[in-house]
This record gives sequence, C-alpha cells and structure tokens, in this order.
Amino acid sequence: MTMTAPALVDFDEALTRYEPVMGLEVHVELNTATKMFCGCPAVFGGEPNTNVCPVCLGLPGALPVVNEKAVESAIRIGLALNCEIAEWCRFARKNYFYPDMPKNFQTSQYDEPIAFDGWMDVELDGETYRVEIERAHMEEDTGKSSHMGGATGRIHGADYSLLDYNRAGIPLIEIVTRPIFVPGDKAPAVARAYVQQLRDLILALDVSDARMDQGSLRADVNLSLRPVGVSTLGTRTETKNVNSFRSVERAVRYEISRHAAILDDGGLILQETRHFHEDTGTTSSGREKSDADDYRYFPEPDLAPVAPSREWVESLRATLPEPPGERRRRLQGEWGFSDLEMRDTVGAGALDLVAATIASGAPAAAARKWWLSELARRANEQGVDLAALPITPADVAAIQKLVEAGSINDKLARQVFDGVLAGEGTPDEVVQKRGLAVVSDEGALSSAVDRAIEANPDVADKIRAGKVAAAGALIGAVMKEMRGQADAGRVRELIISKLT
Amino acid sequence: MPDSPPDITRDDVAHLAGLARIQLDDAELERLAPELQKILESVATVSEALEGAGDVAPMSHPTPITNVFRKDEVTPCLTPGQALAGAPASEGQRFLVPKILGEE
Amino acid sequence: MSSSDSDLTALTAAELADKLASGETTSVEVTQAFLDRIDSLDGELHSFLHVDHDGAKAAAVDVDARRGAGESFPSLAGVPIAVKDLLCTVGQPTTCGSRILEGWQPPYDATVVSRLRRAGMPILGKTNLDEFAMGSSTEHSAYGPTRNPWDTDRTPGGSGGGSAAAVAARLAPVAVGTDTGGSIRQPGALTGTVGVKPTYGGVSRYGIVAMASSLDQAGPVTRTVLDAALLHEIIGGHDPMDSTSLDAPVPGIVEAARRGDVSGLRIGVVKELGGEGFQSGVQARFEESVAMLTEAGATVVEVSCPSFAQALATYYLVMPSEVSSNLARFDAMRYGLRVFPEGVGDPSAEQVMAATRDAGFGDEVKRRIILGTYALSSGYYDAYYGSAQKVRALVARDFDRAFEQADVLVSPTAPTTAFKMGEKLDDPMAMYLQDVATIPANLAGIPGLSLPAGLAEDGLPVGVQFLAPLQADDRLYNAAAALERMLLDKWGGPLLAPLATTSEVPA
Repeated sequence: MTMTAPALVDFDEALTRYEPVMGLEVHVELNTATKMFCGCPAVFGGEPNTNVCPVCLGLPGALPVVNEKAVESAIRIGLALNCEIAEWCRFARKNYFYPDMPKNFQTSQYDEPIAFDGWMDVELDGETYRVEIERAHMEEDTGKSSHMGGATGRIHGADYSLLDYNRAGIPLIEIVTRPIFVPGDKAPAVARAYVQQLRDLILALDVSDARMDQGSLRADVNLSLRPVGVSTLGTRTETKNVNSFRSVERAVRYEISRHAAILDDGGLILQETRHFHEDTGTTSSGREKSDADDYRYFPEPDLAPVAPSREWVESLRATLPEPPGERRRRLQGEWGFSDLEMRDTVGAGALDLVAATIASGAPAAAARKWWLSELARRANEQGVDLAALPITPADVAAIQKLVEAGSINDKLARQVFDGVLAGEGTPDEVVQKRGLAVVSDEGALSSAVDRAIEANPDVADKIRAGKVAAAGALIGAVMKEMRGQADAGRVRELIISKLT
Repeated sequence: MPDSPPDITRDDVAHLAGLARIQLDDAELERLAPELQKILESVATVSEALEGAGDVAPMSHPTPITNVFRKDEVTPCLTPGQALAGAPASEGQRFLVPKILGEE
Repeated sequence: MSSSDSDLTALTAAELADKLASGETTSVEVTQAFLDRIDSLDGELHSFLHVDHDGAKAAAVDVDARRGAGESFPSLAGVPIAVKDLLCTVGQPTTCGSRILEGWQPPYDATVVSRLRRAGMPILGKTNLDEFAMGSSTEHSAYGPTRNPWDTDRTPGGSGGGSAAAVAARLAPVAVGTDTGGSIRQPGALTGTVGVKPTYGGVSRYGIVAMASSLDQAGPVTRTVLDAALLHEIIGGHDPMDSTSLDAPVPGIVEAARRGDVSGLRIGVVKELGGEGFQSGVQARFEESVAMLTEAGATVVEVSCPSFAQALATYYLVMPSEVSSNLARFDAMRYGLRVFPEGVGDPSAEQVMAATRDAGFGDEVKRRIILGTYALSSGYYDAYYGSAQKVRALVARDFDRAFEQADVLVSPTAPTTAFKMGEKLDDPMAMYLQDVATIPANLAGIPGLSLPAGLAEDGLPVGVQFLAPLQADDRLYNAAAALERMLLDKWGGPLLAPLATTSEVPA
C-alpha cells in the first residue's frame, strides 16, 4: 500500500461548516546563568556532557535546589501576562520513562502553578483579541538524544542513540492559554500574532532570548473543530515541532482543513500528538494518547513549597517593562509612523528589530524600509522569520550610516546585505572585502567627469547655458564608467562646478 | 473511598509493571497479584482515621519550610570523564543506549 | 591475640577520642584494630559489603600526621566509622545492596561522608542493608543477609542490619545508618545498640540514595548515647545542597547526653505503641525502664494518639509511592546494570530498561514499586496517596497534642526481639509490622532514639524508644542518657553480644 496524502477540505469551505477552537502551549527557556535545580551553566551547545553534575544527571542521591532567578523570571512573566501569583505552590513530579530524562520524572508543577488566570491582548489588523492565560508554570528541560542509523559492525546492524545531558535541567516556563475562540478566518493569524507578541513580551522582560529557530521558544498548537452552532468542544490534536511564527499560522490552517475532511467523512479525530513539517506545511501523526499517559503526579518531596511574599511580588511588578500595547502606541508616536506602517511593522514581526535599529542610530523611516522591504523579502524567500536572519539591528544601522555618509548608495547597500547575510563579516568588512565603497578619489572622479564632458559637448553646453537639469545625462555616464561605485551627489557637484 | 480495594488481577499487575518499566515474567505476575491484594486490603483502611477528623490538609512535607532557593551562580560541573565513568556504554563523550522507540 | 588491640575495640568512641587526643594511641592503631576484627569476624556476620583497608589506613595516617603537626580536630577525629552502603562515597562502591548498582563508583561524596572525612574519621567500609533500605531484616540484600551477633541464626533487623551488627560486634566503634520507617532504631533494638533518627532535615540527605524522600533521615548507630550525640553533632547541621535541610543550629545534644537528668521531666507513654502484639519480655523491659525514669524524678503520663492505628497503612502508601518515583532512575541508560532481554533481537532502549529493572531489582523492591505505582495512578490517587497524606497530618497532630502533655514520649522500639532468618521472609505484612512503633516518627518528621533496655526472656536485647518534638533532639539524648546510666549501674557494665566477646584477632 502506498502512502496517500490525507484528504483536505479547502480552508474557507471548512469554515462554512466548522468553528475552530485553539489552545496554545508555549515553552520558554529562561536565560538564567544556571540550570533550574543545580549550578551547572544553562548554555546551548558546548561539548557533550560538559555542563552536567550529579543533580542534572539524576545520579543516585543527588537532590535539587531551586534557582531563585528562575522563580523571579516566572513571577515576572506571570505578572506581565496579568496573572495571579500563587501565595503558596509546590513542584510536582511528572513520572514517565524516557532516556533523555535522567530521573525518569520531570520536576514540574501540576495543579499549583506559580501564575494563573491571566490574559494578553493580541493586536491584529487594528483589532484586539483577548487571549486568556490559564497558567504559567516552572519546569525543567530534558537532555538531547541523537539517533544513529545503520551503524556497521554491530549485531543486526542495529540503530542506537547517543545522549547528551547539557540541556537537561535548563529552566523552562510553560505558558498555557485557555481555549481561544475567534472568528475562524482569523484563527491562524491570531495564533501567529499571539506567539509573536508573547515573544516580544518575553524579550522585553529580558528573561529569555526566545528564539524559535533555536528552540528557546517552542509552541505547541492544540486545535479542535466543532460544527457551527454546537457548543461542546470537539476532540483536539496537539501539534508539536512548530518552529517559526509562520509555521504556527500554517499549522492551524492545515489542521483545520484536515479535521474538516475527517469530520465531513463522518470520521473521528484521534486525540494525538502530531508533528509539523516545515518543508511541506503538513502534520503527521505522532503518538496517540493512551493509558501510558498516566503520569502519576505527586508533590515533589525534595523541594520546599514556593510561597512568594506579596512584597516580593510587588517589587517584581515594579520591574515590569511597559505593556506591549502601550509601548506600540508610544513608539508609533515617536517614530511618526502611520497606522498602516505601524501595523505592517508589527505584522512582520519587525517591531523590536526596528526599535533596536533605531536605538543603534538609524532614522525610523530607514530602519523600517530596510527591515520591511529588503530583509522581509529575503526572509520570505528563505521561509524563515525576520528575527532568524543572520543579521543584527546594529548591522542594519551600520549599513544605513554608510549610506548617509555617502560611502555606499542604496544599490551597493543591497550587496552589503548579501555579504552580511552570507556570513562575510560586519558591514564594514563586507564593503572592504567586496570593494564596494563608492569612489571618493577626487582625482579619479574629476578625470571621469572631464572625459564625460568631452564626450558630450552638447550636454555640457546646455549646462553652461544654465540648464542644470541636463546634468543627469553626464552623471549617468560617469556612474557607468565608475561601475556604480561613485556618490552620485558628489558627481553632480563636480559637473556643475566645472561648467558654471 | 474504597474500604475494600478492587481485586488485583494478573493483568492489573502487568499494566502497573508496564508503567513502572519492569519486565515481570509470568511467575512473578501470578505471585504478585495476590500479594498486592493482601497488602492493599490492609492499607485500604487508611481512610478510617479520617472519619470524623474534619478537614485535614494533606501533608507532603514533614517540616513547614518554604522558599528554599539558591543564587543563580555557576558551580563546578563533573568532568565528562566522571559523568560517563559509570555508563554501560558511551561514544563520542555521549551515553550510548539502544535505539529509542517512539517520541514524547 | 593482642590484648591492646582487643582493648581498643572494646572502648567507646568517646573513650577512643580521649586516648587519641592525649596521644595514648593513634588512629592508625585504632583503625588497624577494627580492620583486623572485621577480617576475623565478618566472614560469619557479613555486616560489610565492602571493606576499604587502604583508604581507612591512609585516612588514619593523615589524621595522625596532622594531629602531630598541631592541628586541632573535632571530638571524634581519628575514630574510624562504618557507613551504610546507601551513602555515596568516592573511592568505594555504592551498591545500596542491589544488583542494579553492582560495582557502581559514585563521582561524588554524600554531604554526611564529606563531613566525616573533614572530621578526620577513617571510613572502614560500607555496611550491608536490605536492598535500597527496603526491609526490616537485612535479608533483602542482593549480596546475602547479615547475621545478628547475639545469635547468628537470627536477623539483626533492618534495613540497617549491617551497621547495627558491626557496632554490636565491635567491628566498628560507630556507624552511620538511615531510617525511613525505623531502619536505624529497629536494628538498634534487635542488636543491643543505640540508634538515633534525628529530626527530618537535621542531617543532610544529599548523596544518600533516596528511598522515600519525605521520610528518609540519616543518623548515628553507636554503643552509647554520648557516642551518638558526638557523631550526630559531626554529621548534622544545615546543608544548602538539600532543600529540606533545616537552616538552624543543631540543638545542644552533646551537652544533653552528658547531663542525663530527668528530674521534673514529663514522660508520656503512648498507649497505642505497646501492649497487644508486643512480646512479653519486650513489654517487661519497657515497663522497668519507665519505672526507673520515674524513680529518677520524671513524672509519667499516658498519652493517646488514636491515628497511630492507621500509621502503618499510611506508611505503606506514602513510602512505596515515593519509592516508585525515586527508583525510576535506575534504567540501564547512564550507570549501573544493563541487561538485554532474552530472545529479543535488536532490543529497544525501552525493552532494555524493562529487562534490566526486572533482573536488577529484588522481589521486595519490585513489590513496593508496583504498589506505589498503583497508589499514585489516576483513579486511585485520592483514595490512597491523597488519604494517606491526610492521615499523615493527623499523626503529626496527635504528636503535637501528646507533646503538650509530655516532654518526651516512650515506647518499646520493636514489638519483638530478633527473629529467625527466613521467619518472615514469605509474609510481607508480618515483616512490615516490625516497624509499627517506629513509623509514626518518620511520618511526622520528629526525632527518635532507641536505647538497649536489657534482655528479654529469650536472652535477646530489647530496645526502648524515646521520641521528642521537631528540633528537640536534645531531649532524646538527655532522657536516654539518664536511663542508660541507671541501666549500666544495674547491669554492672554494657550488654555485650556473644560474638562481641570473641577475641580471635590475630596478634
């Protein structure tokens, strides 16, 4: 039997018969110096098994101790999401066996999350959608397994796996929404905007680098459909592996179409985990929920309950950044963007990139121009989020400075972007390596101008007669000779000074 | 609350052993079912102490301490050699394990 | 035989410490005397799983040299010690009495072990125990049982039978044990030794392989109350590596052990911990002890703790639940045994885990893991684990009320004297009943001490248990020291296990 692609119902058609209900679970890896329960560095990568100790390796006898900074970050995230902060809560053990989890239980929180009952207002196309937050709780990350295929020299040529526990125990905050009810046609975009704006908030709090491409912000998309007019919820699927904002949107769209096809056929939705595939924009079946999901939660006896004093909570509230909605309105005023320009900027996920570029010295209009045209086009071509492009706001501001100084022009700037994105170095280095700087050698320019005047006596005469507008033809000739690497403004000045 | 627990069958024990990741053989399953039944019958009386006791907060920790934290400061790690010294198998500074089925 | 060596092993730790401090003997001599005695007697007892001749001697040489150089040490410097094989020790295997950890060498020391090393106490070796400390007879050790030096056909109790037997037979002057439901105190009673379970959080659990995290507590195993206090002082106190460690100074336990004055003390006899089900000789020695305390000026009241009727049931829900989770880490992936399932080509990690856990764990461990898995599973949590946690709160409340009427509580430590090997092995419930009097203290976290109270009609030792409120461990030492002094006067010296009087140590 060959694999057939599952039947899909056209998205718009699906919405004529069904209402989608979404739920989003976002895991944020905190940027603390150390892990959740031990003093090992909480850093990405590194040589395997170098950032491990008896605690995060789950060695017999080892005991956890809570990282105070992680609790602080959890409370700040909770407050920024308008949550209540628990007066007293405990950690719990979630028991299941998996080789990348050293203790074969995950230390997490169960029915006593540190933060609960909050909300976030998501802005999309000038509308505001309130997403209710059920909870935000603390937990620990797992190690990483690599599956090695087709090894030779082993019995039966068996596959095997290799485990690295550097990531095991890095603090995670899991943020869970209540079911989200929005008009079906808006659902995919609201899901994307929620994750995007949640990321903005996390960045503003400076509690995580929140990079979806690196897994420090991970989104799981829960989705169910119910026939229009029916109030009970349908069976949901949980889609994992959604590694970009764009994928959040695509995963919602795909699951709506897939569920609709199954329901139209009179079929039943399996409550299961599904995996999103970036390349095809589809999901595939992961694991069905079963008896094995009996996690036997119980309060973690090795950790004391967390009872944040109200004084502590209030002192943390005082450290919160400006709420994102207010901040957007303030920035729009400061930057002088129109509503449309601002909406496009937010929609492209460029707000913080633009802000950082401006903070690095670029004018607002230029910062917006580069991110929303040149860079947005490239991100789109590559199917990645803007923030995932290998260029920093400081790089963009530096390129803009080169333009303003006349060292390069807009056309050359595009080549500088190419170079930086290709990893050739800083903008200055790219300009140097590629020899992109405009010719500022006055002697060379001056003789090029002389040659252009000599070759175009008619035009020269017109300029001498006061028709300065005719200079364009001479400028064109000079630029052609200089292969574009000249400052057109300076060329113009030279022509006019020579002929008038 | 069950004063007498439901009968523990051989299949129940097999299910529990699956959750606990223990490959019990048939003889063990046959032996454990009645043993567990007997133990459960004697511990099922636990709720008798709660009769007439009113509202009681469950006690998960024997002492009432809260907020035990550590500063976010790096402490020394094990060397990879120490970490891997007890490993049944390793390769490339990682723990080598049989192929992992399924995905979480 | 060398009379001076046999004299050394007959001394208490406090006496040895005095001789070491005054230069009358050296740690090398003392340590060698105990190692020789282990070599000659432990073949029969099997109280040690590993003897570290070289490490102990090296530590003794080091402490002697440093003392010679004028360095000052805490009280027990140079006195050797045995450590239950549940505590992680660098340089010695830590097996927990289980096949699943056979030969495992931890890369780190338990905090208690670090403190022993820092105090200059040479570690003689690792003592036998029921597998992962689950049992009351030391017969559940995967490496064979320990025998009771009072009668080698009998068990020394458990789980810490190795530490208790070693101290009773003078193979070590003192030892460290752990007590989850009575594993220090019950073997103390069955071997005629002193055993203390400190207040939960009083001694760090870091590096002690967990059985039931909310119940486990390490403590001293000794021959005298003063020795226990001296050792307790060394291993106790706050440890930032254990989140449940109490951040408070250890109460004045050594001073209390030296004082031993019960005049005016209110002593509560717990109605529910004695009488029916307790051997007559045990009950008789207990009642004589209470009478002696009264003569010494204590007032005696009877207190009732009605919820204790369900304490054993509560314990057998809370403990296995935590066990099922704590022992999940033994999975053949990172350390310990790895067993491939029979008849399965190309097995998966999951299958290897399950095969290893079947082969590596003994019957009692599997029984408790399955029981705990059941008690925590959805649908049963509220009825079992949830109810048990509520009853646990009631047990603590009963203690609170009892301590309003009495400064310390007393009971027999164990319902019987040492029982025959194999007698209870096929009847788990009968074995569990051994801990009926010790379990309530673990549930409430309060400290308890077992003191030898004489011999029963069968010629075997009996223990009397003292209990005190949280963080009032000093009260145990004070009351027990008073009774100990009166008993020693009455007996004309310490009770000695028959094997302890054997002096077959080669010259």
